[in-house]
Amino acid sequence: MVRNPDANREQFRPNDHPNDAFLLTTVVGSYPKPKWLNRADELVDDPDSKFDAADLEEAHDDACRLITHEHERAGLDTVVDGEMRRNEMVEFFADRIDGYEFNGPVKVWGHNYFDKPSVVEEVEYDEPWLVDEFDFTSNVAERPVKVPITGPYTLGFWAFNEAYPSTEELVYDLADLVNEEVEKLVEAGARYIQIDEPALATTPEDHAIVGEALERIVSGIDEEVRIGLHVCYGDYSRIYPEINDYPIDEFDVELCNGDFEQIPTFTDPEFEPDLALGVVDAHTAEIESVEEIKENVRQGLRVVPPEKLTISPDCGLKLLPREIAYGKMENMVTAVREVEAEIDSGEIDVDNPLDD
Amino acid sequence: MTERVAATPGLYPLPDWAKETLSDLKGHQKGDLLSGDESEAIVEQYDEVRAEFVDDQLDAGLDRVVEGQGRWDDMIAHPLTVHDGVETGGIVRYYDNNNFYRDPRVVADLDFSGDVARELESAADLIDGEAPLAATLPGPYSLADLASDEHYGDEAAFQAAIAEFLAGEVEAFPAHETLFLLEPSLVTNPPAEGAESTATDAIATVADATDADVVVQTSYGALGEKLYAHLVDEAGADALGLDLVAGDRDDTVYNVQEFGSTDSLALGLVDGQNTLVEEPETVAERVEWFESQIPAEGFDRTYLTPNTELFYLPANKYRAKLNALAAAAEVLD
Repeated sequence: MVRNPDANREQFRPNDHPNDAFLLTTVVGSYPKPKWLNRADELVDDPDSKFDAADLEEAHDDACRLITHEHERAGLDTVVDGEMRRNEMVEFFADRIDGYEFNGPVKVWGHNYFDKPSVVEEVEYDEPWLVDEFDFTSNVAERPVKVPITGPYTLGFWAFNEAYPSTEELVYDLADLVNEEVEKLVEAGARYIQIDEPALATTPEDHAIVGEALERIVSGIDEEVRIGLHVCYGDYSRIYPEINDYPIDEFDVELCNGDFEQIPTFTDPEFEPDLALGVVDAHTAEIESVEEIKENVRQGLRVVPPEKLTISPDCGLKLLPREIAYGKMENMVTAVREVEAEIDSGEIDVDNPLDD
Repeated sequence: MTERVAATPGLYPLPDWAKETLSDLKGHQKGDLLSGDESEAIVEQYDEVRAEFVDDQLDAGLDRVVEGQGRWDDMIAHPLTVHDGVETGGIVRYYDNNNFYRDPRVVADLDFSGDVARELESAADLIDGEAPLAATLPGPYSLADLASDEHYGDEAAFQAAIAEFLAGEVEAFPAHETLFLLEPSLVTNPPAEGAESTATDAIATVADATDADVVVQTSYGALGEKLYAHLVDEAGADALGLDLVAGDRDDTVYNVQEFGSTDSLALGLVDGQNTLVEEPETVAERVEWFESQIPAEGFDRTYLTPNTELFYLPANKYRAKLNALAAAAEVLD
């Protein structure tokens, strides 16, 4: 059953918000790294360089501060640090969870590789994964900070399972660990958590496993904490309406890439969680115009009313040139504020949002 | 007495050094993938990769040695994606895996290429008679399934054209003991009811092009029973390759019990998609278990193989799997 998004959404409305209508603006998470950070990542592995782990830590801090502020400058209501400390969405967590080992890179396509880990014994929680980075980011941010976490289904199925009789059982154990991490993040002050499950798009028939994993993740998590789920690049009709039963506040989708052809999927039966709609493409290097993005935002109003609509890019922006990523966020926020004003004035009819 | 043969259908993971040097030389984008006219510097890298693959297999003691297909950026779609009559489209998912290949869009006649034959010539030179050579090709059904037809017009004509193309490639191969035809699509996207013979005829066209033993290797679970029966009778295969790791192996046993089998069988015993390395004794037990389920007197030959290609694995585990297969064949001897 859907959580209670009404109970946690208003806390993200900025004090100086200019409109009555409030479409929450956010991002999915990853952001292009500053070029100097990539050089720093290489330098620390260079035995001839004096640059050491402490220097790298400082470089990561600098990058997180820079990108968090860049998100604020774009006008987002909730911000992230652009995942500057993370290398890859599975590797980063597998490195922090006992039970995983790394054997070397495997092919994804062409010469793109991924250090796919193996689960060689029962997974266990050791040190917190993200609490330090949350503390840092929330200290430098003036806006609320969202925390993206790779979900247990993806952490399980994008690894080699050597230890568990079934990968489903591994996923549930991982979900318990994610729950532990979310509890610690909440204790540290986090109020907006996003679970990323891209693996579900490749095996939509496993939606019940993801549902059970989510039940474990949110167990004991207060309703003032907003829990989002991000699933990208798939045929959503294969997991809808099942996702209406997920214990989440918000479902984040990538639809701009497919020109919103899948919007009707979500209109029947009624969409229950809040909808977080991708309105700029994460894989085209052209900045969409404000006008174009406003049309995209209206697509979301076909599914949910304004008070249940969150706006974000389709997916993480890390593969784009940084100035393009910034331009997309900035235009996105401008478009959203204009749409809000048009809702307030009645220019947009929320019952027929595509009408002019 | 059944002969046990440790073999693989190839498609090995590049050694880690080659992952780096080749991505530096070629790049990471779609347009950077192999088109068949690579520069001398890239050719040299692949020559070294091929030599390493051959050494890996000879060191492990496999009974058949393959070229290893390090150049096959697009996995089994490779023979088409390097063909002049084919344009490459978007990146599409390779079966149910987190792997992608370029969609081969066939836009002109599939005439002779010779790309795979050249690789095999190089491999044969390296092996230098130390072990029999096994060749690898996609089966025509799977290759047609992975490709897009923008030239031949209908499914049957497309399968037949691809089969003729592959047969022409096989005729140019150097002497080889075994030919593996990889046919994962027979399980994942089987021919429609009534269209089984179109698929088996296409496979037979390729199989008839060689005097070598032909293994039609399937993956990702058990074959449907009707299709299985067609394959045994009509595909011209000396051995069907059956996946005993993925899916329900009882279904596979049932097929063999009910419908008989080719004179030889290839058993997918070692998991090509998991880093857990099987003990040779475990692999040997699986062979004996399977053979004991079958009423026949025994097969001419049982091939001990992985259930899928091995490129899914990190390089160290791929080598360990080769060793496990070869050692399992020794346990059985």
